[in-house]
Amino acid sequence: MIALTGTPRPALPQLRLMGIAVPIAVLLALVPSFANSYQTLLLAYGLIIAIAGLGFNLLLGYTGLLSFGHSAYFGTGAYAVAFMAQDLGVRSMEAYILCGLALSAIVSAVFGFICVRHTRIFFGILTLALSQVLWSLALKLFWITGGSDGLRVPRPTLLGGMLTYTGGGFPRFISYYYYYVLVLFVVCVLVMWMIVHSPFGKALQAIRDNETRAAFLGLRVRRFRWVAFLISGVYTGLAGVLWVPLNGLTTPDILYWPFSGEIVFLTLLGGFRNFTGPIVGGIVFTFLKTYAVATTEYWQILLGVVLVVLVLVLPTGIVGALAQLIGRLWPQRAD
Amino acid sequence: MEILAIQILNSLFYASVLFLIAAGLSLIFGVMNIVNLAHGSLYALGAYITAWLIGRAIAGGSGASAIWLFLLMPIGALAVALVGAVIEPTLLRPLYRRAEEYQLLVTFGLLLILEDVMRFVWGGLPLTADTVVDALPIVRILGQLYPAYNLVVIGIGGIAALGLWAFVYRTRFGVMLRATSQDRRMASALGLDVGRVYILAFAIGCFMAGLGGAIVVPSQAAVLGMGVDALVLAFVVVVVGGLGSLKGALVGALIVSFVRTAGIQFFPEVELAVLYLIAGIVLLVRPTGLFGTA
Repeated sequence: MIALTGTPRPALPQLRLMGIAVPIAVLLALVPSFANSYQTLLLAYGLIIAIAGLGFNLLLGYTGLLSFGHSAYFGTGAYAVAFMAQDLGVRSMEAYILCGLALSAIVSAVFGFICVRHTRIFFGILTLALSQVLWSLALKLFWITGGSDGLRVPRPTLLGGMLTYTGGGFPRFISYYYYYVLVLFVVCVLVMWMIVHSPFGKALQAIRDNETRAAFLGLRVRRFRWVAFLISGVYTGLAGVLWVPLNGLTTPDILYWPFSGEIVFLTLLGGFRNFTGPIVGGIVFTFLKTYAVATTEYWQILLGVVLVVLVLVLPTGIVGALAQLIGRLWPQRAD
Repeated sequence: MEILAIQILNSLFYASVLFLIAAGLSLIFGVMNIVNLAHGSLYALGAYITAWLIGRAIAGGSGASAIWLFLLMPIGALAVALVGAVIEPTLLRPLYRRAEEYQLLVTFGLLLILEDVMRFVWGGLPLTADTVVDALPIVRILGQLYPAYNLVVIGIGGIAALGLWAFVYRTRFGVMLRATSQDRRMASALGLDVGRVYILAFAIGCFMAGLGGAIVVPSQAAVLGMGVDALVLAFVVVVVGGLGSLKGALVGALIVSFVRTAGIQFFPEVELAVLYLIAGIVLLVRPTGLFGTA
């Protein structure tokens, strides 16, 4: 369940994480030097969506709760940035992040408090209904939110202006912003790794596997679920904050429930029983969707077929399937 | 006073359509324990097929009398039921033993597929069938002009509610349906062909959704995205009324329609938000809905 392989757990998971993660991080850091700015842009989108997927998977994969309303927290982050840029004239990315995190924390704390009273299908429907409250407000209160036209967001200043990209145009902004996103992404991955391997993370998994037993062990099931919901929402909110400057515009579409469906989709694509699943899923999904949209008007059908095939044939996702393949090729590896 | 009468009629019109969608959704959940995210798209499919059939019939000029056009509506709904009869054994049956998350996901995939199939077949422009509305007179109600077609829709909604109730509670198949819904394994042990019950239940649910689309399309036209919009409203209905309850679907549809009509009149900005809030509050206070048992 930990990393890429299904073989027995090694004695030092941290060491193996380093062995896999460091080369990948170095590779990701080198991307702007050999890829063009469009590819870099797509990868930045992918990393951002992967952050949302990581947060979402703390609920689905580790706590066993399927939320169909994570668009709410993504949208909260995105609209927080748009309001600050438009109404307060703030241009600092760091301020965006702080306020976006705070606001998505508040929204997910409130929504989570309500939603964790239920599990299974009712949890899903309740998260969906609450996220649609925000969507309808964003759509209808057009004098604040711009309605379906959305709000424009100018490019922010990074690190209080220390990273200047003026004069370099879009390509320079992208390469700087890519590194900005990459650093936050690495931080997010490390923090999430620590969370799921902490006693708290183990408690969540115990609750997922057997709620009654966990309760009898003295775990306060609802409180744990609530905190997991909160962390999950904040991660998704951060993804929303980072997403807006790249997109330049925020519209109610990112609050509408099919967007929640996309977050579920990418997590399943990568594999929700793995730590790395949503990361792989987020990046693959971004490229898959971009190329599908570019190639055909009927990209939704492609995504739909992929999703149905995944559920029917490959329920463990890309990472799970790879792990099974590796496990079959090198059985009983002496770890 | 006149305005009030018209608004009540509008609410009833809207409730009829919502009831048809939500009753199908509720029936499928009640029997098979599946929340079908593609249900709204099946409603849209019914709207498109019916509008297309009506368009063909008028273009064919085969005695374009309104009565014949009305017969095309159940045909459109039947076509949707057929689609449902194909979907259940191929896509849903392999998933009954698996976690319900997968069922939700597969129906979400189906939603994406159906939306694009409709875009592919009928294009991005709205498909209208307003000839049917024009074929019926405009009547005076308390001095206000009102299309008679809307009254027909209200009638169809009422008949559908009665018909479905009679079907579930007064026929032999209804007994089988309820038995399967209560205990699938026991029903199977008693010799019921559960697979057949599932196909029929799913097809009937799809028929209801398709009929909802068929009766709404003459007055509103079929557009892309109508299914996605309808689904969340149907969710609100079944959450308020109780998932799996027919009575709940009826009462829920009435509540949602009247709140929505009042909302459009008095607080248009938060009209939708109020509906979702109602659903959220009901789930909090009474998780099984007003009439739910599960």
